[in-house]
Amino acid sequence: MELESIVDEAKGRIDAADDAATLDAVRVEFMGKKGKLTELLKGLGKLSAEERPLAGQKINQAKQHIQQAIGAKGDALRMEEMNRKLAEEAVDVTLPGRTLQPGNVHPVSRTISRIESFFGELGFAVKTGPEVEDGFHNFDALNIPANHPARADHDTFYFNPDLMLRTQTSGVQIRTMEAEQPPLRIISPGRVYRNDYDQTHTPMFHQVEGLMVDKNVSFTELKGILHDFLHHFFEESLEVRFRPSYFPFTEPSAEVDVMGKNGEWLEVLGCGMVHPNVLKAVDIDPEEYTGFAFGMGVERLTMLRYGVTDLRAFFENDLRFLKQFS
Amino acid sequence: MKISENWLREWVNPALSTNELSEQLSMAGLEVDGVEPVAAEFTGVVVGRVVSCGQHPNADKLQVTKVNVGGDELLDIVCGAPNCRQGLKVAVATVGAVLPGDFKIKKAKLRGEPSMGMLCSYSELGISEDHDGIIELPQDAAVGLDIREYLNLNDSSIEIDLTPNRADCLGVRGIAREVGVLNNLDVCEPEVEAVAPTIDDSISIRLDAPDACPRYLGRVIKGVDVSAESPLWLKEKLRRSGIRSIDPIVDVTNFVLLELGQPMHAFNFNAIDGGITVRMATQGESLTLLDENVAELNSDTLVIADDSKPLAMAGIFGGLDSGVNTETRDILLESAFFSRDAILGRARQYGLHTDASHRYERGVDPELQQKAMERATGLILSICGGQAGPIEEAVDTSSLPERASILLRRERLDRVLGVHIDDEQVTEMLNRLGLNVSVTEAGWQAQAPGYRFDIAIEEDLIEEVARVYGYNNIPNVSPTATLNMLPAQEGKLATTQFTSLLVSRGYHEAITYSFVDPKVQNALFPDHKGMELPHPISSDMSVMRVSLWPGLLGAAAYNQKRQQASIRLFETGLRFLPEPDAPNGVNQQPVIAGVLAGRRVAEHWDSNDDVVDFFDAKADVEALLALTGKSGEVSFSAASHQALHPGISAEVKIDEKVVGYVGAVHPQFAKLLGINGRAFVFELELNAISERHLPSAVPVSRFPSNRRDIAIIVEDSVHVGDILSHAKKIGVNQLVGLNLFDVYKGKGIEPGYKSLALSLHLQDPEKTLAEAEIQQAVDTVVRELKNKFGAALRE
Repeated sequence: MELESIVDEAKGRIDAADDAATLDAVRVEFMGKKGKLTELLKGLGKLSAEERPLAGQKINQAKQHIQQAIGAKGDALRMEEMNRKLAEEAVDVTLPGRTLQPGNVHPVSRTISRIESFFGELGFAVKTGPEVEDGFHNFDALNIPANHPARADHDTFYFNPDLMLRTQTSGVQIRTMEAEQPPLRIISPGRVYRNDYDQTHTPMFHQVEGLMVDKNVSFTELKGILHDFLHHFFEESLEVRFRPSYFPFTEPSAEVDVMGKNGEWLEVLGCGMVHPNVLKAVDIDPEEYTGFAFGMGVERLTMLRYGVTDLRAFFENDLRFLKQFS
Repeated sequence: MKISENWLREWVNPALSTNELSEQLSMAGLEVDGVEPVAAEFTGVVVGRVVSCGQHPNADKLQVTKVNVGGDELLDIVCGAPNCRQGLKVAVATVGAVLPGDFKIKKAKLRGEPSMGMLCSYSELGISEDHDGIIELPQDAAVGLDIREYLNLNDSSIEIDLTPNRADCLGVRGIAREVGVLNNLDVCEPEVEAVAPTIDDSISIRLDAPDACPRYLGRVIKGVDVSAESPLWLKEKLRRSGIRSIDPIVDVTNFVLLELGQPMHAFNFNAIDGGITVRMATQGESLTLLDENVAELNSDTLVIADDSKPLAMAGIFGGLDSGVNTETRDILLESAFFSRDAILGRARQYGLHTDASHRYERGVDPELQQKAMERATGLILSICGGQAGPIEEAVDTSSLPERASILLRRERLDRVLGVHIDDEQVTEMLNRLGLNVSVTEAGWQAQAPGYRFDIAIEEDLIEEVARVYGYNNIPNVSPTATLNMLPAQEGKLATTQFTSLLVSRGYHEAITYSFVDPKVQNALFPDHKGMELPHPISSDMSVMRVSLWPGLLGAAAYNQKRQQASIRLFETGLRFLPEPDAPNGVNQQPVIAGVLAGRRVAEHWDSNDDVVDFFDAKADVEALLALTGKSGEVSFSAASHQALHPGISAEVKIDEKVVGYVGAVHPQFAKLLGINGRAFVFELELNAISERHLPSAVPVSRFPSNRRDIAIIVEDSVHVGDILSHAKKIGVNQLVGLNLFDVYKGKGIEPGYKSLALSLHLQDPEKTLAEAEIQQAVDTVVRELKNKFGAALRE
């Protein structure tokens, strides 16, 4: 009977313990060196050999009960303690994070890198060239001799009659073909300059030039690659048309229009088969090789893609504009 | 080139709507830029005759008229136009008419007088700007006829943006020819009858420069009345082509120019001394032009001269003294072929560009002069009267352009286009284009017509075939190519790696103009004279940048003015440093540059309001340089740069070579730049930082590392960077790390000195370091710093 009341008392005290220290005191009181159960165990020696195993077993059972109760209570207290601590530590997760906001690249660069990636995957290497250019690379080698009416259309910024800001990235074609032999696949993004400034013209803008020269490059392939490019660039199957045009450095030449949302055709790039005179100017035999070239206006593509309406915004660098392209 | 659709349809009339016709022209390479009706929309306007016209009883400026519009009764109409008079044929908007702008004509009373309509001016009908009174129609205009019908107003002006190669389409004749080819229709060219001479007067013509002018036709017409009025049909055709009516002689020559593409000129015959000589100008010879400007002629300029003086700049502009005016009675008409090479670029030399020079520069049909002369003569005689003399023609046939004979190979056509077009189709297209082909074994032998200056080589024919076949009928095919792998040097850093890094550090990319304001650039870079643009857009965009700072600082100021509190901008691009030894005398150097100003971080619930300082800028530069893996070779040292604060600026070096600068913008420029507060800038040469070290791995030590902290005191003037780089070089093998963790000045430190706290990290690859070894290494460092920098260990 004594044993049962000890266990009951212990359980009562364990239940009542509301912190780890109290619980430990209960443990010491009942199971410590001088604890109540320990005392009972010590008293076993006084019992007869027949009684001893049964009594011992009972005491041990009682001890196990109490130990379990203490263990369970301990777990509960620790859980409670942790929950309390966690609750204290809670933050308002909706508060803005503490970090430097990242910036972003310019929309023109964004378009250029998309173009580079489309053509890069087809093995077109990216080439760049000088922006202050000589007459040979900007005009002569492109089959635009002095006094050619096409020169007048270029609104060139001249430093002197043979030195100018490049009016087109096509000069990079020439520099590449001077240095390397076909097969060639390159694109060349960069700044170009025309002396014109109004609602729809800025004196500086960006072009991406493309060139492919190989043994049997054809007009159908030029059409194919540009058709695919425009669909991938705009990520929709818009209507594309090729319209005959004239560039001194390509023949046949075409301008490419896409159908705008307003139902009007919009010119987005110029292209053509590389003129034999251009190949000859860089010592490539036009009988052996043919090629195509294209040039696209980056700002125009960017405006169409993202709905920019004012060309001049690209060069004002207003952060409120730039941040929209994050 | 602007032409009237109806005029074109007089020559060739395909069963196409205006839009279809425009589309067809565009798709054939004659890009239609715009189609405009030649008059605004209106109805109910008819030809009328003013039967009587008298003063309005109650208004000084009004007249009351009775007008016959072919009805049973005359209409009472009140009119305010001063040119309204009895007998005039007029355009009458009758009651119920709707004029442009949805203006409905109703019965009205004007100051008590009834008005049953309105007499119209050209501007009221949306035909022209002309509102000098009401329209005066020719006397033969039939009363009651709808004015739209009478004036042929159901017509459009088609504006064609011609490419420079299609000179043959600079006239209705050429465009009609093209439309004929595209629709497989014959072109019905108006019959031009030869005008038989009725007088003998003529003039001698000498070709002194037959290469430049192989053919020149002159014809004397005497007794013309230049004050005669050009007929309405002529004025309207000109108007619809964007040309103003001047006088009948000019109108006729302009008409022939538009119709046939042949520029013509008329001289005052009596101003010519002796005969005509077509020759090169003598250098410096002067000629007063029709616009009264005096041109000093260059010897490369072809002139029409008489026996004593130049009369006109051939193919470009007439001279004032031999010009035709209302007093002129006798004229000499010119119809000539000047070679392209003789005219190319010449007009521009004199700041001129005329309809004639535009055509001659691109090429005029060398066989057209006779026909144009007859056409113009006939028209002038019918309008101005007079007597025509015989046509005098001087020609040097050997100098006329040869018609190119070109072989188009079947195989080449297929190869370039990538599509096979049937033989018969090709033959037919070429023939329709006037190329006069014969089929050969290899393909086709063609002869270019004289008016097609753009057809000279095989590719020209390929283009013609593709164009007429229709680009959009040619299939789209993915290119086939050899898969050669592109090299990619691991040791080369792409510019995008630098830009991505700055973007993740909070920078926005700017693109600024490559030409900047010389006032700003010269102030910041007085020692670097940028290349000047002789003809800039404006003076503040007139010099090529020698640094990206002027543009970036401009962008920073622009944003500050728009309440942007935190500015981090970068740009990559070329700077243009004039250097005599560089190609074309200019070193076009790619750089990456940045500007930062204002708050370090955006306003935030857990941050302070600190603004950026030098060490923010330097950190960004260090991060860029870290991409190179060359931290051991990079150094910063105090530098003087005219644009920068003398105490807050550093030059950045790799291996002792300066690759850029970082610092605070010199405060003296704040006002000039419009910058608020302090701005920091950096600029690095991309070529100098785009090589990176390839990793070369060493084993990681398995033995523990030991940290020992020391504090040393040095004079304020000693640069910490020098101490750190020297300490690293001291031959203590086990020193694997060195960190400066505190800089202290103030209490406890003598003025003029500073205390530096350094942690030394010591480790050996082979063994655990003993305390004695550690101490020895630390002592070595301390001793070296003492010797080199006078550093004292702080107790």
